[in-house]
Amino acid sequence: MSDHYTVDHGIDRAFTIVNYAILTLFLAAVAYPLIYVFSASFSDPSAVISGKMWLWPVDVTLDGYRAVFRNSRITVGFQNSLFYTVAGTLVSVVLTILAAYPLSRKDLAGRNIIMFFFVFTLLFGGGLIPTYLVVREVGMLNTRWALIIPTALSVYNMIITRTFFQSTIPDELLEAAQIDGCSDFRFVRDVVIPLSGPIIAVNALFYAVNQWNQYFNALIYLTRPDLFPLQLILREILVQNQVDLSQITDVDQLMQRQNLQDLLKYSLIVVASAPVLIIYPFVQKHFVRGVLIGSLKG
Amino acid sequence: MDRLDIQPTATVQPPVPRSISARKVGRVEAMRINLRRSWQLYAMLFLPLLWLAVFAYIPMWGAQIAFRNYVPSGGFAGISSAEWIGLEHFTRFFNSYNFWPIMRNTIVLNVYSLVAGFPLPIILALALNYIGRVWFKKTVQLVSYAPYFISVVVMVGILFQLLASGGMINQLLGQFGIDPILFMSEPGYWKSIYVWSGIWQTVGFNCIIYLAALAGIDPTLHEAAILDGANKLQRMRDIDLPGIMPVAIILLILNMGSLLSTGFEKVILMQSSLNRSTSEVIDSYVYWIGLGSDIPQFAYAAAIGLFKSVIGLVLLYTVNLLARRLQGSSLW
Repeated sequence: MSDHYTVDHGIDRAFTIVNYAILTLFLAAVAYPLIYVFSASFSDPSAVISGKMWLWPVDVTLDGYRAVFRNSRITVGFQNSLFYTVAGTLVSVVLTILAAYPLSRKDLAGRNIIMFFFVFTLLFGGGLIPTYLVVREVGMLNTRWALIIPTALSVYNMIITRTFFQSTIPDELLEAAQIDGCSDFRFVRDVVIPLSGPIIAVNALFYAVNQWNQYFNALIYLTRPDLFPLQLILREILVQNQVDLSQITDVDQLMQRQNLQDLLKYSLIVVASAPVLIIYPFVQKHFVRGVLIGSLKG
Repeated sequence: MDRLDIQPTATVQPPVPRSISARKVGRVEAMRINLRRSWQLYAMLFLPLLWLAVFAYIPMWGAQIAFRNYVPSGGFAGISSAEWIGLEHFTRFFNSYNFWPIMRNTIVLNVYSLVAGFPLPIILALALNYIGRVWFKKTVQLVSYAPYFISVVVMVGILFQLLASGGMINQLLGQFGIDPILFMSEPGYWKSIYVWSGIWQTVGFNCIIYLAALAGIDPTLHEAAILDGANKLQRMRDIDLPGIMPVAIILLILNMGSLLSTGFEKVILMQSSLNRSTSEVIDSYVYWIGLGSDIPQFAYAAAIGLFKSVIGLVLLYTVNLLARRLQGSSLW
């Protein structure tokens, strides 16, 4: 913006040069670990260990990816995560709209009290253990529901959505519809939702990314391995170092076991992050919009 | 809002002496009309409110196990039948040898995160704001948002890989003749690894809000400053920084409220028996004694969790009060 009316300040020119230099360094610092992991996942493990691979893949191999996709626990986890993400996002978005629309209506009696009950949960909560007891009591332990229902609604998202409704759906539209005898249900279905594409996108994306990335609820609510989401399998392999390379049997290959484990880990990091990182540049503006609507009335 | 809705019926009422019973009738009548008019809105709220009751307010009710002699096998019915023991769980925690190390770790970790992590998105936004080339600015933004979308498990997994004895960082150190360091099990490095990996993940995304605030600054301020011969540094200090101050203060208040909260997720992944001395914080301790152990102590863990929540609420309230007095910007 400032380059349009440049005054000849020596200090400004120095500032600009330093600014570009620092941001370039910053860019490299953020990107380098990502590039390194990506390249390592395609490189011969011995090249990685010896430091020959430092930026781009060396001695390209797909062994890591082969091991990832041959591991049935990983593929089952991947499928489970897909299910949790799709189902969870659907439930969450519906619940968010159901809460946000009535609370956006200025003529709703009791609106402020109900709103207070939602907002208060941002400031104070029962805590980990009481929440666990509730989930146990309603019989959701070791069911798929445990990952979908207890965290279904984000009050923060609900507030953003409510702000969006208040600022984009004109009161005149509601009045006109009411004069024509339109019910609230129909108004939501035929007017509000068609006008709310952007905010539904923001919600769906935030919920989907959270659901895809989260492991903690699965850790505390699930013990049945066939229900585990990908992130929990990742925890076992990447953090707890439990890798089952059952396809390796003979002794020579056992020698390379450690190398292959590292390769598998790099590949697994890429496989687990790829769905989100590939989609996000295309939907970046929705995330940015979400943050901005949130800052309107935070 | 309630008042407004009651008014129509209140005017329908004849101006009789407003006895208590008459007012009651008016209120009931108003509610009836209100319900008939907007029952569909309440119907929409039914599921969200049910969810809120079950997963937010019943747990708050259940937090009373912090004051009871509750046994983990007791189920939900066991909560109200368990014997009241007052503050026994709390005093046990305050007197335990774990208390001060855990408090110190929690506060140091959060203050470290705040001091290191709070200014950086502001600096990044100020720097980006003076970048003229759109493609460069867009590239920095696109790349710096990316780590935000990496899951916490993958983040910690990357740390384990890159900081391993044969990992990238130790290879780099090896170039300078430094022997491999076992970063993940060295207590002295734990907090720095935690904080800086968090900054790596969030600095880009957290700067969005400041960029928006900067974009909202009146451009005529800059034009006037340029006419007066101000250079970019001076404009940054006297126009941009004051312009984003209100946003910064609100975010700071929110951060202060969570001074004792670190969240469970990342901490317990990065913990090992070797780094416990510097890594154990309130949240992780609650997890380990409550759910992560073979002998779960639900009531004791709930008490520690409740202690943290109450302190958080008090802190948020106090800081908000101070901010309103001193600066005029506050949450409520």
